[in-house]
Amino acid sequence: MARARTPLGSTLQLVAAHAALLIYTVIALVPIVLIVLNSFKTRNAIFRTPYAFPDSDTFSLVGYETVFSRGSFPQYFANSVIVTVGALLLIFIAGTMAAHALAEYKFPGNGVMGLYLALGIMVPIRLGTVSILRLVVNLKLVDTLTALILVYTAMGLPLAVFVLSQFMRQIPRDLKDAARVDGASEYRVYWMTLPLIRPALGTVMVFNMIPIWNDLWFPLILAPSDANKTVTLGAQTFLGQFVNDYNAVLSSLTLSALPVVILYILFSRQLIRGLTSGAVK
Amino acid sequence: MPSSRKPFPFHIIVFLAPAVIIYTLFMIYPLLDSLRLSMFTADAGGQEVFVGLQNYQRLFTDPLWQPRILGALRNNFVFFGIHMLVQNPLALFLATLLSSRFIRGRTIYRSLIFTPSVLSIVLIAFIWRLILSPIFGKALFAPLGITLPPLLGEPATALPTLGLISVWQWVGVPMMLFVAALIGIPDELVEASRVDGATGWDVFWRIKLPLILPTVGIVGVLTFVGNFNAFDLIYTSQTALANPAFATDLLGTLFYRTFFGFQLQLGSPTMGATVAGVMFLIILLGVMIYLFTWQRRLLKNAVEM
Repeated sequence: MARARTPLGSTLQLVAAHAALLIYTVIALVPIVLIVLNSFKTRNAIFRTPYAFPDSDTFSLVGYETVFSRGSFPQYFANSVIVTVGALLLIFIAGTMAAHALAEYKFPGNGVMGLYLALGIMVPIRLGTVSILRLVVNLKLVDTLTALILVYTAMGLPLAVFVLSQFMRQIPRDLKDAARVDGASEYRVYWMTLPLIRPALGTVMVFNMIPIWNDLWFPLILAPSDANKTVTLGAQTFLGQFVNDYNAVLSSLTLSALPVVILYILFSRQLIRGLTSGAVK
Repeated sequence: MPSSRKPFPFHIIVFLAPAVIIYTLFMIYPLLDSLRLSMFTADAGGQEVFVGLQNYQRLFTDPLWQPRILGALRNNFVFFGIHMLVQNPLALFLATLLSSRFIRGRTIYRSLIFTPSVLSIVLIAFIWRLILSPIFGKALFAPLGITLPPLLGEPATALPTLGLISVWQWVGVPMMLFVAALIGIPDELVEASRVDGATGWDVFWRIKLPLILPTVGIVGVLTFVGNFNAFDLIYTSQTALANPAFATDLLGTLFYRTFFGFQLQLGSPTMGATVAGVMFLIILLGVMIYLFTWQRRLLKNAVEM
């Protein structure tokens, strides 16, 4: 029996491995599936047959009706989209520019500047919250989406600059030098490199998108009014108020999870490639 | 170098300016200013006066503050311990299976197991509150013949339960990092030891684990920073009061209560900054320990090899 020599090669071990993975996959997914499933059922069916799929008798959208009539979820979604897209755009512009400077030019203080910008990778920005709130008040940005965009940009830049500058160093110089010989300005050279860093850029953007979209702390502190709530804070408030209305709770949970799950399905390859290529090291 | 002729070319300043300005203004300055504030206190007239380290002394010796900060510290270490003992070994176990060439469908498993990590902690907290609730939870567990104790309501079980919920959500992240490290191990190394008669178990302990120690260290330090900064799960599931009776209080929830106040206690920016200062020191210490012990030992080993 060569089982010890080719582990997982033998049928028995293969079955055991698949069983372990399958069990854990079920553990990871069942709670989410149960929520989505029951959000489409009547209140009675939720409690009587929680594991069953909704059928013609038990199907109900009453929870979604409550969510749309009592909550301001379309507004919250719009706010989340503005904040996330705004911050990603700023991270993209400021991040690629700084990464280009660090990767392309030798100048006194290059190493120190790289280290300075990388400090934020390990230090959580939340620890500065007391002073961030004061600053935001002084800038007259309190309870605005702009405040969130700026804070998330500061939060995302360290890792973005670090990963992008590593990547940009690997771009062949010939291309850029050829452009310079043709009289291209340094700004033009920067512009030319952008299409070349697309793989790293995708990873950086996906990595920043998830924590920004999901954050509760800064919306709670910097932009808590109903007009400026993001989905995460809006769901948190709504769920707290409707905690005993199971239909509404299940529906709002499903609705809030939906956009992220769709984005995850679309971008999971980029995300996983980023995680597994060691981009976060 | 086209830029080496001039002392400091203007375009470099242009390229660096946006990132440096936003990062400095919204991250570095607030962190430093918050540390400064932790050494001030508001007097009767509302003026902030310098008091040195008195706020820190107060936090750790005042009978009102001491139980809170020590409780939050203890709970935070328990929370971190649960992640180190459950999350990371489980992640390594799953990663070992998922990095095997013999397992079909490993990318599908990987993506599915990672799903909870992309959802917001707020949703995770409500999903699990619902599942463990006396009403819906009973409907879920009764058909399985399980009577569910009020896990989130009892002081003894609330914190471990929340720790495991957090593990359930985040296990995918270290799993991915371990998969990446394990895939990076050259096949020849494993094959060679197999030829020498090593079992799968031997190969894991003697070859694979030593080779992925750098990733083990990174996972450890990421877990540490994440856990000592945690807030959302406790706040959403147990409110800012970290029910029951502060049994689930972490430094993050203590920071929030101290800064914003709760019930009868008024919020205090300076004491809030002091709690943040303690968190900053702990995280700094953790990162330093990692850099100066783990990384240095790895570097030394690498040189000797």
